[in-house]
Amino acid sequence: MYIYDHHDKTLLRERVTQFRRQTESFLAGDLAEDEFLPLRLQNGLYIQRLAPMLRINIPYGMLSSNQLRKLAHITRTYDKGYAHFTTRQNIQLNWPQLEEVPDILAELAEVDMHAIQSSGNCIRNITSDEFAGISTDETEDPRPWCEIIRQWSTLHPEFAFLPRKFKIAVTGSEGDRAATQVHDIGLQLVKGPSSEIGFQVLVGGGMGRTPVIGTVIKNFLPAVHLLTYLEAILRVYNRYGRRDNKYKARIKILVKAWTPEVFTQKVEEEWLRAKNGPATLTDTEIARAKSFFTAPAYEKNTDCPDQLTMPEQPVAFTRWCDRNVKQHKTPGYCAVFLSLKPTGVAPGDVTEQQLESIAELADNYSFGEVRVTHQQNVVLADVKQKDLPALWVEAKKMGFATPNVGTLTDMICCPGGDFCSLANAKSIPVAEAIQRCFDDMDYLYDIGDVSLNISGCMNACGHHHIGNIGILGVDKKGLEFYQIQLGGSAGSDAALGSVLGPSFFASEVPEVIAKILQVYVDHRIDGERFFDTQRRIGITPFKECIYAKAA
Amino acid sequence: MQKLLDKDGNVLSEDPWQIMPRGFDGMLNSDHMLVPVQYWLDTLPDSDANSVCNDQHASGIWLDSDIELEPLADHISTWDCIGIHFQTFMDGRGFSLARLLREQYNYRGELRAFGNIIPDQFYYLARCGFDTFLLEDYSPDFDPLPYLNNFTVSYQGSVDQPQPLFRRRT
Repeated sequence: MYIYDHHDKTLLRERVTQFRRQTESFLAGDLAEDEFLPLRLQNGLYIQRLAPMLRINIPYGMLSSNQLRKLAHITRTYDKGYAHFTTRQNIQLNWPQLEEVPDILAELAEVDMHAIQSSGNCIRNITSDEFAGISTDETEDPRPWCEIIRQWSTLHPEFAFLPRKFKIAVTGSEGDRAATQVHDIGLQLVKGPSSEIGFQVLVGGGMGRTPVIGTVIKNFLPAVHLLTYLEAILRVYNRYGRRDNKYKARIKILVKAWTPEVFTQKVEEEWLRAKNGPATLTDTEIARAKSFFTAPAYEKNTDCPDQLTMPEQPVAFTRWCDRNVKQHKTPGYCAVFLSLKPTGVAPGDVTEQQLESIAELADNYSFGEVRVTHQQNVVLADVKQKDLPALWVEAKKMGFATPNVGTLTDMICCPGGDFCSLANAKSIPVAEAIQRCFDDMDYLYDIGDVSLNISGCMNACGHHHIGNIGILGVDKKGLEFYQIQLGGSAGSDAALGSVLGPSFFASEVPEVIAKILQVYVDHRIDGERFFDTQRRIGITPFKECIYAKAA
Repeated sequence: MQKLLDKDGNVLSEDPWQIMPRGFDGMLNSDHMLVPVQYWLDTLPDSDANSVCNDQHASGIWLDSDIELEPLADHISTWDCIGIHFQTFMDGRGFSLARLLREQYNYRGELRAFGNIIPDQFYYLARCGFDTFLLEDYSPDFDPLPYLNNFTVSYQGSVDQPQPLFRRRT
């Protein structure tokens, strides 16, 4: 994990001082509301429906047990004792007091955490793959590159007032777990002709009102040119992105309007002028960044029986292993999901006690570190296989062992109308109704892998466009309805869903989901996942089944 | 009260420049007239006006943030002052223009930000190459220093410090 030196620490302290001054002058009436707005947003502070919301960055999802304990302390001291993991590997507090936010930021700075640019029209938290450094399909660990980009983008003087927010994701694996194709910039680490490392650069992906899959604008960018190339893209966007309409201000609209060819040409022209300039990465810097992400001290020859068993509850343990335990590139080790999706809890929500518990599990089983996923779960990335039975018992006690990872009830869900002032509809109660309806684990296992994503409005924080099943809350004359989409995918086979048809009342949603799953069961060919069947047979059989009665 | 400040935190008692309004089409009859770029473009073919422009001891233009610099390329170094107008402080294009002028057109004269800017932008403006800021609602007890000196560390290179931290880190 990256370790802050005195430069990094000084910068954070100075940022806290700055935000304290800004907050005090706002509270004293010396700073106008519209001027404070972008300043507080660039520190992650929204004014929400019920209270301010503070979004804290978890750069590329990495957290230490020390940081988890600090987050637990903060939620206890400054909030109502719980926090929410977001769909961009961040964590949000829902009830902080504006007056106390500078103190919260000061506490975070003590553990090298911050909320810089977690919101606002600027470069946001860099997201990545929760299995970085441990997966078997990885070309190169993306985390050193994420950290290089994090530092470059932090308080970048030129790009603090962009037309709109700007999100960058980096993956080092073929099986893209960072949804890079739906980001403003998606970076895929690839190897060049002589095995040198570089990036395939995608631009203009995104969700929101106008969902778009990103376009490749450079097939191979040698790694040393990463920052000069990013700077060229950002400069072109900053100068030419639309500023007259916030719904048309994302880079995807510019790429579409110009065509990817013209956009690429413009970026190349800009880049050629700055290429090989001071922002060109040095071998020393690349080596420095990489030095923080070396493999932990894995034990050699960790004897592990082929089949781990729990004599008391064999079925439950096996299920948990099947769903929540993932392969690791190091023999004798595995990655374990702590599910934050038990029925009855808002997806991604954790109590302060659970944050303490995650820290404890991290210390006891995974070298004191965890990763947060964009699916709103937590991963212990370096667990000894032979520790699985003991870990399972503890995780179960703490409420993290719901064996539903990757299944229907492992939903991605935004805070929705219960908290968010942008939402058109509630999303958490819909998620809960679905979880209650599908509580039969045997059925869920039979259905297998399926992603269900729920957004309370078209801003798409719940990533509904890229769910195999997507649910979007819409408002019609003051009533909440839910539109259902099929065919989305977030991985390397990224696709945007299509709307099934007219929307439904909240109360109808679980039944509609049940019918969708029944169509899948009726049509699937041995071993086919929901997404594959749905793609093979199209959307029509689903439409016919669901809207048949009404017709 | 309108007041000119500089990137070192000085509140300047005098502003030598007179910013001529958009649509200005009068005569350049005094030194230090900062004319809209359109005026300069319109009078460019007219050699007299152009020479008047260039014969001044100090000449300058101001730009809106959506300007293309390429057509001005040959003349940029001849101006003593270039103003960049911020229609709203949320419009970040001026930051890119400033860096382009400094880094790609090697402009060395005064670079001024005016229009709708806020003190919390001074630091970023200075980093991007601005020398002066024309603050519209200055009050005499205002101290610009905390806005300019808040940070002693910056990660990325820019005009004020072209070397990124990774080339300076010790």
